[in-house]
Amino acid sequence: MSKYLVTIGLETHVQLKTRTKMFCGCSLKFGDEPNTNVCPVCLGYPGALPVVNREAVRLTVISGLMLGCEISRYSTFDRKNYFYPDMSKGYQISQNANPLCLGGGVMIETPEGPKRIRINHIHMEEDAAKINHYAGCSGVDFNRCGTPLMEIVSEPDLSSPDEAMAYLQALKQILLYAGVSDCNLEEGNMRSDVNISVRPAGQERLGTKVEIKNMNTFKGIHAALEYEIARQLAVVRGGGALVQETRRWDMDAGETQSMRSKEDALDYRYFPEPDLAPLELDAELVELWRADLPEAPAARRERMMAEYGIPAYDAGVLADAKDNADFFEAAALACRPELGKNVSNWFMTEVMRLLSESGRAVSECALTPAALAELVCLLEDGVINGPTAKELLPELFQHGGMPAVLVEERGLAQVSDSAALEALIEQVFAENPKTVEDYLAGKKAAAGFLVGQVMKLSKGKADPKLAGKLVAQRLARS
Amino acid sequence: MDVSGLTLCAAAAGLAKREFSSVELTQAVLDAISAKDGEINAYLSVDADYALQQAAAADAARSAGRDGDLLGIPLALKDMISVEGQPCTCASKIMRGYVSPYDATVTERLRQAGAVFAGRTNMDEFAMGSTTEHSAFKVTRNPHDLNRVPGGSSGGSAAAVAGGMAVAALGTDTGGSIRQPAAFCGCVGLRPSYGRVSRYGVTACASSLDQVGTLTRTVEDAAILLQALAGVDPRDGTTLDAPVPDYRAALGGGIKGLKIGVPEEYFVGGTDPEVAACVRGAVDACAAAGAEVVEVSLPHTEHAVAVYYILAAAEASANLARFDGVRYGQRAKNPESVFALYAKSRAEGFGMEVKRRIILGTYVLSSGHYDAYYGRAQKVRTLVRRDFEEAFKLCDVLMTPVAPTAACRIGEACDDPLKMYQGDVFTAPASLAGICGLAVPCGRTAAGLPVGLQILGPAFGECVVLRAGQALESEIQA
Repeated sequence: MSKYLVTIGLETHVQLKTRTKMFCGCSLKFGDEPNTNVCPVCLGYPGALPVVNREAVRLTVISGLMLGCEISRYSTFDRKNYFYPDMSKGYQISQNANPLCLGGGVMIETPEGPKRIRINHIHMEEDAAKINHYAGCSGVDFNRCGTPLMEIVSEPDLSSPDEAMAYLQALKQILLYAGVSDCNLEEGNMRSDVNISVRPAGQERLGTKVEIKNMNTFKGIHAALEYEIARQLAVVRGGGALVQETRRWDMDAGETQSMRSKEDALDYRYFPEPDLAPLELDAELVELWRADLPEAPAARRERMMAEYGIPAYDAGVLADAKDNADFFEAAALACRPELGKNVSNWFMTEVMRLLSESGRAVSECALTPAALAELVCLLEDGVINGPTAKELLPELFQHGGMPAVLVEERGLAQVSDSAALEALIEQVFAENPKTVEDYLAGKKAAAGFLVGQVMKLSKGKADPKLAGKLVAQRLARS
Repeated sequence: MDVSGLTLCAAAAGLAKREFSSVELTQAVLDAISAKDGEINAYLSVDADYALQQAAAADAARSAGRDGDLLGIPLALKDMISVEGQPCTCASKIMRGYVSPYDATVTERLRQAGAVFAGRTNMDEFAMGSTTEHSAFKVTRNPHDLNRVPGGSSGGSAAAVAGGMAVAALGTDTGGSIRQPAAFCGCVGLRPSYGRVSRYGVTACASSLDQVGTLTRTVEDAAILLQALAGVDPRDGTTLDAPVPDYRAALGGGIKGLKIGVPEEYFVGGTDPEVAACVRGAVDACAAAGAEVVEVSLPHTEHAVAVYYILAAAEASANLARFDGVRYGQRAKNPESVFALYAKSRAEGFGMEVKRRIILGTYVLSSGHYDAYYGRAQKVRTLVRRDFEEAFKLCDVLMTPVAPTAACRIGEACDDPLKMYQGDVFTAPASLAGICGLAVPCGRTAAGLPVGLQILGPAFGECVVLRAGQALESEIQA
């Protein structure tokens, strides 16, 4: 069977983290009663006029800078005309001719190595209202109408569903680092349309393009792409011809369905929005924003490796979520410099386990970076032993507080006094003559049991290393 | 009291001197409306209680020590300017049942100045037309000859002022909709420069051309009203943050020393000889009074009407898309689908001229036609603007006829839209250029119909235009 190449491009709509809407002062609170965050502007009342939200412009520029785009000093808005009940004015204000950001790219990891996915441009636009369907009627909720979005349009550089996933995940990570969006998929903060085509290997010209809409999750996009590639390959391998069309993803049916063909494609009749003056950005302001840019994930990985002496794997896991990296760095800085790797170990095993068990983000738990740092120091200094530290962590995670205080209050400091431990060892040997005999008879594992008994007798506070050494010495004397 | 010849200036003086109260003045205006408007049909609605309440409040404020040129002055508002709690029909059936939930910025400014809203005036539906015959509700008659049109689209406002039923009125001017009815009705019509007065809350006809302006008995009245209206508005991004001069102080400078440009293209064939003679006579009078008259050329004048109707229709087609029957206004009964709801509501709600322009505008923006029409028209618009820039290097103001003819008979222009459009030949260019224009009476035809002279000034050159207008007013009257 001949080999086929897959070409995928993504148009990703990202909700910008502003307080108010794109062109009016209405609140963007999610989940409010329908049609409570509305005004003449977002409802498209006669005479109402849009005014550009400057914060949305700033966030889009920040995104553009983070993604290596060129920032247009002069950009314009256009009207995209279409009738649908979700669009109050009968047109959407978007940017068509002169978008705010041009070019740029996102690095992804592929089995063949790192790959750069180019970005064509980023433009700003307003979201539509939400239509709710009920038995016998439909309702339009304009709370969402006018939500500021940026649309990040990639070049068709992706060649598999996995690459599309990697791109979206990398993009999401960068946007979260940039602080421009919550990227909350459940709330529809990040929605993508995909363009996909297949062509025989060796053919230069791209195959017939199909656009797929209505995918709300990364998983949905992956599934839709898998389905669509199989569908397209089946058509072309069967000698058929694909038609240029727009399809929608039906999640329940697990298939894409034709929405409209190229012949029925809407003519949006774009033209310059006369209600908005062109957006002219001051070069100095853009430079000011550039200077103040948040660190990108890749740069952060490098820096954390260098500054805290942690391996690439740790840096990768920690940098994955900005919150986690922020927490780790705060804890590592509160600790002694040479303990970075210890902090990283504790964060990546115990803390991340607690996070996943509780389903919480690190910002939502009671554990503070200072507390984790102190815990690691107490352990390193031999004030407490490992089991005690592991016992304390869930409590700090749940209720907060500082470990030194708990150790003091509860007398959890480990016993490292040889004389005190030797007394306990004598007691254990007296109570377990059979085990001692077993050991002497050659069952070396019996030593471990004896150490365990010493730990138990000390209520877990004995220094395990010292206890082991003393038990070995005592056995040697037996 | 008789208000038929009362100027705003005189009314303000009378109120200030306590010669009459605002309630008395407002009642007199309401009485005049009752007496005369059955014949003239200038008003679409009059809320007498609302007006008298405002008047009483103004009187109370004056008793409490407040003052101001507009305090207690009854004004007529074109019915596309939003007033909170009042209908805003735009003379269209599609606005059936609509009540404005908010004040336009100009309304708010007049309200703050203590003005009284005497009533809402008739107009061509959505300001599309030059005779006010395209109102869905009534045909307004010219007070100078009841068989003739008052001009349009602000024909109701012009007829209310000329008919002695309003002290002054607000209109809107897209391609001449203030200047032409002012000329037809023998009053003063001021179209401010684009960006001088906020459009927020004024139903949009063609956004890049619409401006709110005034219809008054004198140039001084226009200056007083403009003072209250002008200035940047954060809710209208197309207003300019330029200082607002003292317009009244600019008056009284006389005509002497002014350079008056007479564009040859405005005095070619097609213009009624009587109209041309009146305008020439007025220019000669200015020269005799010490003005310097220079011949200038505006070479792209002949293309202005075509360019205007392409751009205005394009913008209107999008601006009127919001009238879909979903959120307010006319809503078709029992539509079989959402698109049938649009189609039926709009078919029922819009009149012929509006439909004609929506179709025209949709056509010129559609893919395949955009470059030939909309794109090219934008380029020619730039040339028209440059014509004026060049001309104003040679003169302070331009003097031209307002319209090629005096008021036509009712019914005369209706059947031939092209002929009606050609009537905008002298007003549309200034609209395209965004400059300011003033229509002042300059004589009468043999049949006794008023003839208007247009004074054009550079963008934000209202002061010089008003000065020239007032000088001309006194020269002609003298």
